[in-house]
Amino acid sequence: MDLSLTPEEQAFREEVRAFFRDNVPAGIKKKLSENRHTTKEDMVEWTRILHKKGWAVPHWPKEFGGTEWTAVQQYIFNEEMQATPAPPPLPFGVNMVGPVIYTFANEAQKKHYLPRIANLTDWWCQGFSEPGSGSDLASLKTKAERKGDKYIVNGQKTWTTLAQHADWIFCLVRTDPAAKKQQGISFLLIDMKSKGITVRPIVTIDGGREVNEVFFDDVEVPAENLVGEENKGWDYAKFLLGNERTNIARVGMSKERLRRLRELAGSTQAGGRPILDDPKFREKLAAVEVELKALELTQMRVVANEGKNGKGKPDPASSVLKIKGSEIQQTLTELMLEVAGPFASPYDIHGDDNTNETMDWIAQIAPTYFNYRKVSIYGGSNEIQRNIISKAVLGL
Amino acid sequence: MDFDLSEEQRLLKDSVDGLLNDSYDFEQRKKYGAEKIGWSKAVWGKLAEQGLLGLPFAEADGGFGAGAVETMIVMQAFGRALVLEPYLPTVVIAGGFLRHGGSAAQKAAHIPGIIDGSKTFAFAQLEKNSRYDLSDVSTTAKKKGDGWVIDGEKFVVLNGEAADTLVVTARTKGGQTERDGIGVFLVPRTAKGVTVKGYPTQDGMRAADITFTGVEVGADAALGDPANGLPLIERVVDEARTALCAEAVGAMDESLKITVEYIKTRKQFGVPIGSFQALQHRAADMFVFTEQARSMAMLATMASDFNDAKERAASVAAAKVQVGKSSKFVGQQSIQLHGGIGMTMEASIGHYFKRLSIIESTFGDTDYHLRRASEAGGII
Repeated sequence: MDLSLTPEEQAFREEVRAFFRDNVPAGIKKKLSENRHTTKEDMVEWTRILHKKGWAVPHWPKEFGGTEWTAVQQYIFNEEMQATPAPPPLPFGVNMVGPVIYTFANEAQKKHYLPRIANLTDWWCQGFSEPGSGSDLASLKTKAERKGDKYIVNGQKTWTTLAQHADWIFCLVRTDPAAKKQQGISFLLIDMKSKGITVRPIVTIDGGREVNEVFFDDVEVPAENLVGEENKGWDYAKFLLGNERTNIARVGMSKERLRRLRELAGSTQAGGRPILDDPKFREKLAAVEVELKALELTQMRVVANEGKNGKGKPDPASSVLKIKGSEIQQTLTELMLEVAGPFASPYDIHGDDNTNETMDWIAQIAPTYFNYRKVSIYGGSNEIQRNIISKAVLGL
Repeated sequence: MDFDLSEEQRLLKDSVDGLLNDSYDFEQRKKYGAEKIGWSKAVWGKLAEQGLLGLPFAEADGGFGAGAVETMIVMQAFGRALVLEPYLPTVVIAGGFLRHGGSAAQKAAHIPGIIDGSKTFAFAQLEKNSRYDLSDVSTTAKKKGDGWVIDGEKFVVLNGEAADTLVVTARTKGGQTERDGIGVFLVPRTAKGVTVKGYPTQDGMRAADITFTGVEVGADAALGDPANGLPLIERVVDEARTALCAEAVGAMDESLKITVEYIKTRKQFGVPIGSFQALQHRAADMFVFTEQARSMAMLATMASDFNDAKERAASVAAAKVQVGKSSKFVGQQSIQLHGGIGMTMEASIGHYFKRLSIIESTFGDTDYHLRRASEAGGII
């Protein structure tokens, strides 16, 4: 047993850290530190910087632009990226549909789509959830009927993150209405410019527009946009969701938030002294630090195992990462709110696009607290994670 | 970054597990606990035979030169079986004092007896008012000729009745809570002026309150610097805390296993109660708490190699916080999921709960270590 990194891994960390330090545009870094949303232009700019360095899709196979890093190197990369902070690459392309395409799609699809994902020529969004299909994803109803060389798609997707920017959507659609739930589902790639698609924003409690409803009304999709085999889409979806759980702990990000929390608590006065000097606050801080340290170690254990057992199989312990990772992220937003106190109340009338340097850091604290209730809901709610543990680990 | 055991460490684990499988089921444990000293000399002999009592000692002293990971392996296995034998006070604590602070003569006098199983030790540290503060010592050691005279009272001394030698913390100078002036002394339990009042503990072991009245010992009784022994005490107690964290993880592992087994078999309303989601989610939370505790027990174990003493202490404090919280949750919920049967002395689960509860308040509880971690300026 050994916690330390090898000299090569340490050198790698230095290299990655220096790259992030020197290459993340200052405006983007500031937005992330203050929990503001980045724009589409920000994401494109940053992805191109990563792509130029050859680090846009490090976990992909080498032939499609991957780096062949070890699990530990990948972990270091993610940690440093979050800690800088730098924006994580848009997950819908890089982590979700990309791996599905290089694993299950045909050669023509690989050749066409993968390079466009890697440099963010195409902005992808995810068409899985439906109004009636949340945690029970396999109950989805959006249907695709084969007519000649086309599918005709009708239905509705929801919670579609950043669909307003999207060029493409990957969808789970029902192609065999007679088949049992999980069977009869296919994985279809749909151009967002297609006739019959309507995107309607869902405004979340923080006032932000991250998610949307996407309506499909007799949308014609070329049959060649099917990934893999018809009615095998559930297998590809399971593969995709398994990948989604890795790196969900967000330890690096929480460390960055913790640093910021300490900074803010150190500069905010209460009762004639910084809040940071209040013993009760300090103990709350120490308590979340202990949780975060434990999570970091648990994540390292999962990563070290992954390196040994080969990739592809999600470790059931990754459910621990999701549960604790989301709880810690939420606790940190709660403590931020506590530090802001009565000054958390004024609403940020300038919105996300505000670039006013004098804007107080405090404006985003309450919205972030509200917004972060999502982290224990998305990616398989924490209750679903407990189901996974009780079935896959405990055999209940 | 590597969390696997080495080949030798795996062999060690197999051998401890094997020994306990053969000779330490719940019924056997009851018999050992019923012996007058509260544990089994026969089992202790087996531990010696397998070399477990000599693990951490240097090869030059007759040991195996093993490290903190080996102690973790042993303590986890002991936690799973709720072992009663005095490994912690003898090998971990007294052994730690001898290894880190003992003179060549002291090592030669005491280590062979530990390794061959002929001698056990006890750590007489806790006082009426000291609670978890290691620097709060009112027992005194006064110089007399070349030797020392010890006066004071110590409480809840684990293995205090059976131990051959007591490791006693005593003040050689200064006020009750001063960091300076604390010494560590090796005192034969049968020395004149030592009064031992033994009793059973809540978790099935035996401890004693011990009074020292004008106890005279020689110059060779002082271990390390009698004027400045606190850093040594802190180091050894941190090792004891680390060992307790590992023991707790073993006890949590077994509690979860027993509980899951129980809810799979216990039927109500015509189905196993483990088919109810309320219980499944509780069990899943027990798993999460156990894994987080395991991670921190590993951190504390590996921290023994950290160069920075402050970082080492903060890591152990953080581990004790997590293990304390996890112990409480896993212990309490084990009883809850068992229902009425969990309340009975007859079922093993309650004994795990009791041991976990006592570990939480040994050498500093969760609040104490949270304060310690906080005062260290954070651990991230």
